Amino acid sequence: MWNWLKKWYHKLGSPRYFYEITGAWLPWVWPLAVLTLGAGLVWGLAFAPPDYQQGNSYRIIFIHVPAASAALLGYVAMGVAGLVALVWRMKMAEIMIKAIAPFGATLAAIALITGAIWGKPTWGTWWVWDARLTSMLILLFLYLGVIALQNAITDPRQAGRAAGLLAVVGVINVVIVKYSVQWWNSLHQGSTIRMTEESTMPPEMLTPLLISMAGFYLLFACIVLVNARSEVLWRERRANWVRRELSNVL
Amino acid sequence: MNKVRKQRLMVVLGVVAGLGIAVALALTALQDNINLFYTPEQIVSGEAPVGRKMRVGGLVVEDSVQRDPETLEVSFAITDGNGAFTVHYQGILPDLFREGQGIVANGTLVSRENFQAKEVLAKHDEEYMAPEVQEALEQAGHPGANKSGGKPEYGDSDEKSGSASYQ
Repeated sequence: MWNWLKKWYHKLGSPRYFYEITGAWLPWVWPLAVLTLGAGLVWGLAFAPPDYQQGNSYRIIFIHVPAASAALLGYVAMGVAGLVALVWRMKMAEIMIKAIAPFGATLAAIALITGAIWGKPTWGTWWVWDARLTSMLILLFLYLGVIALQNAITDPRQAGRAAGLLAVVGVINVVIVKYSVQWWNSLHQGSTIRMTEESTMPPEMLTPLLISMAGFYLLFACIVLVNARSEVLWRERRANWVRRELSNVL
Repeated sequence: MNKVRKQRLMVVLGVVAGLGIAVALALTALQDNINLFYTPEQIVSGEAPVGRKMRVGGLVVEDSVQRDPETLEVSFAITDGNGAFTVHYQGILPDLFREGQGIVANGTLVSRENFQAKEVLAKHDEEYMAPEVQEALEQAGHPGANKSGGKPEYGDSDEKSGSASYQ
């Protein structure tokens, strides 16, 4: 198992191999992502029962929670890529950082905006500077910082390492976002989906929520792969295999 | 792993660990500022300064809500099981404001017993339920069902919902 993983890791480190294998995956992952996301959202927004206190306004949870969770998970993935870029100087890891950041930032922004829209009718305010909301805003700024750092440095290898360091260090904030509602008292409530104990939501709401989350993760994966593939083509534009690849298309 | 990589790994992990400790120390030192509100226990025990602007949070005490029929004036007591005091407010309360429900109020602490609020926010908990289920639970006299009318799990009484409790 370890040897297999190691071999796979080295193989994926080659831009050409990455380009070829993800080209084979994408036609399958795209429809899967669209179907899962569509099923989760339609089920959650139209068919799940209303909440006994919030009525129908709670339905924004089917966008808010998946977006927030995918933004956090994406940041952790970017941190791992940052570590690989810094220690092993792997070109593919630098490409992955660049591929993850834009959609991660978009998801963090979606989570913040849907949260504000949800907060107005339920809490009575769009925004409050509590620990959860503030740390989530910092997550958005970290994503934007990674993007800005990439763009500020001309040499792609140096840019990749600089952004990698910010990605690794920023993972500390992910931990803060996750536990902010436990460590401090906040207006944001605690987490509904629990890993170790029963979630505080009935299955007819939880199932569409989990499906919608899976849909967001898959969509994120697709967009990251597409971004990474175009970045591979750009960085390897002088390589023979890319020229051959492009001459097939053009 | 060769020597150079091992060294780089150590440096990166060292930076993350160092920064993590620094952030942890800073957050611990700023604990009081990051907490969004004072709890009734802190108000009653004298930890919260009288006459200052602040936020307070707690559960609205059963049957404590008094509305002035002529104006929008309303007053209610909030508690965390370890103390209680009265909040005075003039304005429209949020939809989720109910007796037994958590709120966060923004305003001035007039005395140890009275808080003048400028803004009242509803804090909703992490539990979701279909309305029919809630009705059925209430009819069956389930103790946890009567959520809108009084949650027994406030503070230390119920560890299960501890993640959302007001510390």
